Amino acid sequence: MIKMEYYLVVSTILMFVGFYGFVTRRNLLAMLISVELILNSVDINFVVFNRFLFPEQLEGFFFTLFAIGVSAAETAVAIAIIINIYRNIRNIEVKNLREMKW
Amino acid sequence: MEYTILILLLPFLSFLFLGLAGMKLRPVVAGAIGTAVLAVVAVLSYMTAWEYFSAGRDAAGVFPTLIPWNAVWLPIAGDLHIDLGVLLDPISVMMLVVISTVSLMVHIYSFGYMKGERGFQRYYAFLSLFTMSMMGLVVATNIFQMYLFWELVGVSSYLLIGFYYTKPEAIAASKKAFIVTRFADLGFLVGILVYGYYAGTFTFTPAASTLAAAGVMIPLALGLMFVGGAGKSAMFPLHIWLPDAMEGPTPVSALIHAATMVVAGVYLVARMFPLFIGYAPEVLHWTAYIGAFTALYAAVVACVQSDIKRVLAFSTISQIGFMIVALGVCTSNDPHAGGLGYMASMFHLFTHAMFKALLFLGAGAIIHAVHSNEMSTMGGLRKYMPVTHITFLVACLAIAGIWPFSGFFSKDEILTACFAFSPVMGWVMTAIAGLTAFYMFRLYYGIFWGRENRELHAEHTPHEAPFTMTLPLLILAAVTCVAGFIPFGKFVSADGLAYTIHIDGRVAALSLCVAVAAIALATWMYAREKQPVADRLAERFSGLHRAAYHRFYIDEIYQFITHRVIFACISTPIAWFDRHVVDGFLNLLASATNGTAWLIREMQSGSVQRYCIWFMGGALGLTILILIIC
Repeated sequence: MIKMEYYLVVSTILMFVGFYGFVTRRNLLAMLISVELILNSVDINFVVFNRFLFPEQLEGFFFTLFAIGVSAAETAVAIAIIINIYRNIRNIEVKNLREMKW
Repeated sequence: MEYTILILLLPFLSFLFLGLAGMKLRPVVAGAIGTAVLAVVAVLSYMTAWEYFSAGRDAAGVFPTLIPWNAVWLPIAGDLHIDLGVLLDPISVMMLVVISTVSLMVHIYSFGYMKGERGFQRYYAFLSLFTMSMMGLVVATNIFQMYLFWELVGVSSYLLIGFYYTKPEAIAASKKAFIVTRFADLGFLVGILVYGYYAGTFTFTPAASTLAAAGVMIPLALGLMFVGGAGKSAMFPLHIWLPDAMEGPTPVSALIHAATMVVAGVYLVARMFPLFIGYAPEVLHWTAYIGAFTALYAAVVACVQSDIKRVLAFSTISQIGFMIVALGVCTSNDPHAGGLGYMASMFHLFTHAMFKALLFLGAGAIIHAVHSNEMSTMGGLRKYMPVTHITFLVACLAIAGIWPFSGFFSKDEILTACFAFSPVMGWVMTAIAGLTAFYMFRLYYGIFWGRENRELHAEHTPHEAPFTMTLPLLILAAVTCVAGFIPFGKFVSADGLAYTIHIDGRVAALSLCVAVAAIALATWMYAREKQPVADRLAERFSGLHRAAYHRFYIDEIYQFITHRVIFACISTPIAWFDRHVVDGFLNLLASATNGTAWLIREMQSGSVQRYCIWFMGGALGLTILILIIC
C-alpha cells in the first residue's frame, strides 16, 4: 500500500525543484518548464487529496483536468510570446529583456 | 445721450487695435489712427457738453444728473451691487471736455515729439488706454467703478512713465509712481469698503437716514478715500512719485502728470463733496491744511530746481494744493456763503489743465531743441524759438495770475474763498501765489533770457519745433487767453444753481500786486546775463538752498524708513523665518521622503525572479511565524 505521504513528498520535491529552476534559470524556456513543474506538483496534490481523503467525490480530479487544460493554453501563449521575443532580440535570455522594464 | 458710451469704447478699441496690430502698421499710420479716434472722442465730448448744458436746468434750477447708460456688473448682497455706467453731471461733463482737449493736443503734439522713437505704436496704444481709463473715472456712476478706472489710470501712468524701458531711471520712476500711488490706494479701497458697508450703497447719493445712523464711520470712510486721492494728486507726504515721473516722455507728463490724472484726487473730493459738507466738514478742513502745506512746500522747492520739468512738476503739486485748499475751505453748499471754493476749485482745475499742459508741451519743445532738461543748457532761447517763447510766456502769465489770462480768474476765486474761510489762510495762499509767480518767471528767464549757454548753442543751434508741435501750443495758448471769461459759475457750483462770478476788487488788486511784485523780483534777479543777487543769495543761504534743492530730503526719509526700518527690522526677520522655518520644515519633509525612496528603490529591480525570491521568502517567513505562534 502506497501511503498518501509518499505522494506528498514527491509533490513537495517537484514543487521546490520547479521553484529552484524558476529562480536560477536565465533562459525563458527553462523558466517556463519550471513553472510547469510547480503546476504539476499542485495537480498531484489535488488528485492525492481527492483519492485518499474524499474517495466518493470527484471535484479534485475534475479540477486537475481543468488546470491541465488551462496550463496547456498558458504554455501556448507563453511560447508565442517567447518566439516573438526571439524574433525581436534574437535571444531569450531574461537579462537581455531590458526594454520592457520601464 | 446714449452715445456717450462711445467716449469710453472708442479709445478702448483703439488701444486694443494698436496694441495687438500696432507693430504690423507703419508708425505714422498707427499714430494717425490713434489721433483720429481721439478727434472723434473729442467731438463727442463737445457734443455731450453742448447737449447737456443747452438742455437746461430742471424745475429746481439745477442741471439734472443724467445716467444714460448703466448696468449691474457685480451684485454683492441684498441691495448692494456694483454698477458700470455713465453718469453726466456738470463736473463730469467739464472733465470730459478737459481730458479730450488735452489728450487730443498731446496726440497731435506727439507726432512731432516722438518722431522716430522706437515703440511709437505702443506709445499711441498706451495713450488711448489712458484716455479711456480717465474718461471712465470721471463718468463713474459709483465709487467702485471710479476705483476700477482709478487703478487703470495708475497702470497706464506706470506704462507711460516706463516708456523708455531701457533707461534705469525711467524704470525706477515708474515703479516708484506705481508703488506709492498703490500704497495710497489701499486707504481708498478700505474707505470704499467702509462706505459701502455703512452707507449700504456704492453710489454717490446714499439715503440720508443710513448716513445719519452710521455716525463716525462716514467721516472715517471719507478721510480714507482722501488718502487715495492724496496719493494720486501728490499731496505732501505722498508727493514723492510725481517729480520722478518726469522721466516719461514730455507729452505724457503734460497729459497725465499735469493736466488730468493728478487732478483725480481733486475730482474725487469734488465728487464726494456733498457728503464731505454734510457729514465730515472737519475732514474737509484738514484736507485744506494738507493742501496748503503741500502748496507751500512745493512752491519753495520749485524755486531752486534746475531741471525744467522738475520745476513744472513741483508747480503742478503746488497748484493741485490750491485746488484742494479751495475745496477744503468750503463751509456750506451755498456759493454765496462759504461754498465758493467748490466752484473755484473746479474752475482752477479747468484753467490749470490748459495752461499746465501748455507749459509742459512748451518744455517738451525746448527739450526737443536742446536735448537736455537742465536749465544750464538753455538761456537766450527766445531768439531761436519765437512761437514756443510767446506761448510759454502766456502760460507763465496765466499761472502767475495776471489779468486777463485764465489763471487770474480762477486763482482770484480761490483766494476769495480762502479769505472768507480765515484771513490767515487767505494771506498764506496769497503768499504762495506770489511764490508761484516768482518761480515760474525764474524758469521763464532761465530758459529764454538770462545766461545763455553759447558754446552749446554754437555747436548745435536750437531750432523751432515742427508744425505738429507748435499747433497744439498755439491752440492751448488761445484757450488760456480766453478761458478766464467763461462764466464758469453758470455751469458748475456747489449747490448746482447758477452763480455769477464777480471779482472781489480787494482780493484781485492784492493778488495782482503780489504777482507783479514777484515777477519784477524775478526779472531783477534772473533776466540779465549776470545774476549777482541770485548767486549771492544762494551762497548766503547755502544750507537752505541745498535742502530745498534736495526737496528737503523727503525721498531720503522715505529711503531711510523703508530700507532701515521696514526692510531691516521687519521684512528681513520675516524673510528669515519664512526661508528657514517654514521652507525648512517643508524641505525636511521632502528630503526625508527622498532619502527613504533612495533606500528602498533597490527593491524595484524589475527582475521577476528576484521578486519571486522575496515572495517565497515572505511566504516561508509567515509560515514559520504561524507555526511558532500556534
